[in-house]
Amino acid sequence: MARINLNGKLVDVDVDGSTPLLWVLREQLGLTGTKYACGIGTCGSCTVHINGEAVRSCLVPLSSLDSSQNITTIEGLSSDNSHPLQLAWKELDVPQCGYCQPGMIMSAAALLNKNPAPSDDDIDANVTNICRCGTFNRVRSGIHLAVDIKKRGGA
Amino acid sequence: MKKDIINVSRRDFLISSGKVGAGFSLGLYLTACSDETGNASKLSNGLTESSVVNQQMAQTPEVNAWVMIQPDDTVIIRIARSEMGQGTLTGLAQLVAEELECDWSKVTTEYPTPGANIKRDNVWGSFSTGGSQGIRGSHDYVRKGGAVARHMLIEAAAEKWGVDITECNAANSIITHVPTARTTTYGQVATAASELFPPEQIELKDPKDWKLIGQPVKRLDTDDKLNGKQIFGADLTMPGMLNASIKACPVFGGKLKSFDDSKVRTMPGVRKVLAVNDDAVAVVADTWWQANTALDKLPVTWDEGTNANVTTASIDKMLDEGLTSSDKVFIGNQNGDVNKALKGAKKIVEATYRYPYQNHATMEPMNATALWTKDKCDVWCPTQNGTAALHAASKAAGLPIEQCDVHKIHLGGGFGRRGSFHDFVEQAVAIAKQLPGTPVKLLWTREEDMAHGHYHPITKCKMVAGLDDQGNLTGLHVRISGQSILAAVNPKWMNNGADTFTFQGMLPEGDHAISYSIPNLLVDHAMRNPPVPPGFWRGVNANQNAIYMESFIDELAHAAGKDPLAFRQKLLQKHPKNLAVLNAVAKKAGWGKPAEKGIYRGLSVFKAFASYVAACAEVSVDDKGQLKIHRIVAATDPGYAVNPQQIEAQVEGSFVFGLSALLYGECTIKGGAVEQSNFHNYPSMLISEMPKVDVIVMPSGGFWGGIGEPTIAVAAPAVLNAIFAATGKRIRQFPLKNVDLRAG
Repeated sequence: MARINLNGKLVDVDVDGSTPLLWVLREQLGLTGTKYACGIGTCGSCTVHINGEAVRSCLVPLSSLDSSQNITTIEGLSSDNSHPLQLAWKELDVPQCGYCQPGMIMSAAALLNKNPAPSDDDIDANVTNICRCGTFNRVRSGIHLAVDIKKRGGA
Repeated sequence: MKKDIINVSRRDFLISSGKVGAGFSLGLYLTACSDETGNASKLSNGLTESSVVNQQMAQTPEVNAWVMIQPDDTVIIRIARSEMGQGTLTGLAQLVAEELECDWSKVTTEYPTPGANIKRDNVWGSFSTGGSQGIRGSHDYVRKGGAVARHMLIEAAAEKWGVDITECNAANSIITHVPTARTTTYGQVATAASELFPPEQIELKDPKDWKLIGQPVKRLDTDDKLNGKQIFGADLTMPGMLNASIKACPVFGGKLKSFDDSKVRTMPGVRKVLAVNDDAVAVVADTWWQANTALDKLPVTWDEGTNANVTTASIDKMLDEGLTSSDKVFIGNQNGDVNKALKGAKKIVEATYRYPYQNHATMEPMNATALWTKDKCDVWCPTQNGTAALHAASKAAGLPIEQCDVHKIHLGGGFGRRGSFHDFVEQAVAIAKQLPGTPVKLLWTREEDMAHGHYHPITKCKMVAGLDDQGNLTGLHVRISGQSILAAVNPKWMNNGADTFTFQGMLPEGDHAISYSIPNLLVDHAMRNPPVPPGFWRGVNANQNAIYMESFIDELAHAAGKDPLAFRQKLLQKHPKNLAVLNAVAKKAGWGKPAEKGIYRGLSVFKAFASYVAACAEVSVDDKGQLKIHRIVAATDPGYAVNPQQIEAQVEGSFVFGLSALLYGECTIKGGAVEQSNFHNYPSMLISEMPKVDVIVMPSGGFWGGIGEPTIAVAAPAVLNAIFAATGKRIRQFPLKNVDLRAG
């Protein structure tokens, strides 16, 4: 039995400790917003936050976690699409198929956590998620718009 | 006029999508509904939110097959084609709503099932979502669906008021009796309207009167994609569901010989280890992670069959032979006498290009969930063609089609992979059939997805052209050698053995007509079909044909000592729409004026999927050979533009797809199997590589062109021509990751 701190609540999970956090979230806890796409930490679809940092959850075994680490998933980002990134994404119609977007948004959110007004170069260096539909230019605009929304006190 | 029979609700064939919520009817099978910490259902009565929505919807009268309206004026529009990111769900809803004259803010959508479509005599037409056909292939009948529903709603109000229908009109879901200014809403008369006969004739609006078509309205399917609520096929869960991971023989055409399940049977969660058809083995477990962990440890022996020695080199040899052969050669376009023209030419220019195999690499790997009993088979899956998925399910289930159905789930990318081939459905059903009464979700690993694609086909292309002493193009022979998609996908669509799809963008006329007037022309195809399964891949053969044609036209312009824009313009004089998009990008990019220092431009123009597209790329290449694509100006004339902001999104996305293919896309073959296994060795473009894209949407009206694919064709050649301008290097082998771009 492992105890983790997920989206602000302590949750007990009874599963083999080698199970990656991605699959614990998806299969033990029913939080399917975090996606499987590569399983090798390359594509970023499974991005969650651990203590505010973007982490590829497919590479994090449950056994490496304990309740001192704050894990945030896309479901915990906001309960009502009110995070500045979600507002910006909605305003710009960013998603296409949408499969990579939870990971994309979580990568962008982690970037804004440490850098409240990132430059294009900062975005290039920190958002390394694959999107096959090709939403990149709207993702970039969305991050900049989220900064503006936050400045205006939108969320 | 009233119907004699009551309109029977078909609610239980339907699943919803969009604002109403991803509820799956057949109420038994509900997706997991959990809060942000994964605690199950918040509703005390045990029903999930989705099932409540479905119960409400069950009360909704169907005005006709396309339109249902609830008492609160919510409009539910049926969408037969699949949404996979391309925005067709919103665009099709706009088409229906335009004629329906409903309140757009109250529109939501749902997918009918292909099984319901068969039971209702194909009332929704084609479910196939490929070839950029979503809107251009159904605009007429979906608009009629909206117009007919509007007529019936107005008629119902007129009957209620006892007035003549001609005295009434409708706008924004409100019906008005003009002489008395009385009003009612669609929701109030929907039930009465559903009992009327549809009008025999209905007129569609003149395009100049459109209010919603042409507007950049927001997508209807965004909200749930921002917070993880959107359910994709890979996310589906059902009570009692088991999970499967599968491995098929990595060698194409190979079979499963044996496996030793003694080592994995006792691993945690494992329920069953089983052969699937004659070429694969699957582990079924409580969770997918358990299934896949066990599958990784399962000893398997394959019978690799006759393709075990196939390599990229052996395939190249087949194709090289086809470049000059006269065996199995089909003509796609011919005019004048190309041999005579080449003999009389002042200058001959010749080049051979090669385009590799590529994987679709949808972000969501292939998957399907199946529930089989001896009487019935249901499948839930992301598919670009529900009807084809249904046929695959029926065949695999060994049950008549009437006893099967497919429930479409949003796709995590399609790009053609989920259209023609439903191997993943056949496998899921084959597994479920061995576990009667238990729903089983089959999810492929990325590695399985890379190994068992239906790949963009491989071709080579040899082009020989003649120029006269003025530098005019006098003759061109284009010889394509390589793989036919239709020979593998659907030989019935072939024309006396020829695959006309091979000639996309080089045909004499139609949706894929050649852009240029060339006095003596021969385009032919030596069909060479290696044992690697091909399939339709977003953009299909227009992608490499545009590279061949537009790179070579650039070569000819330089050989003739002419400006690439002027050289093209001269050949486009009889093709005003092609010329217009080309001129538009040249003007906006500033062609002819100096670019910033170190930045070079390249052009391309093409017609594909009935739309006219052009691009001007601006690139730099540093002294280490590092390419940077700074900006692309792109123009599209799709005839009618249903939603310009979604067209912009598709054009931008087309550059990501087309440039990812150009930069990285390559599947190589060794030992009869694909060598690439995941995104580390089959990369895709990242945001850091993405150029600024300036999109010009320039609909000229009068026709309906595609949007999702055409621009891919011009992406790569515009960049390649710009690289030539920057470095003097003409790249003829792809992808660019294998090429040294240093000038010299």
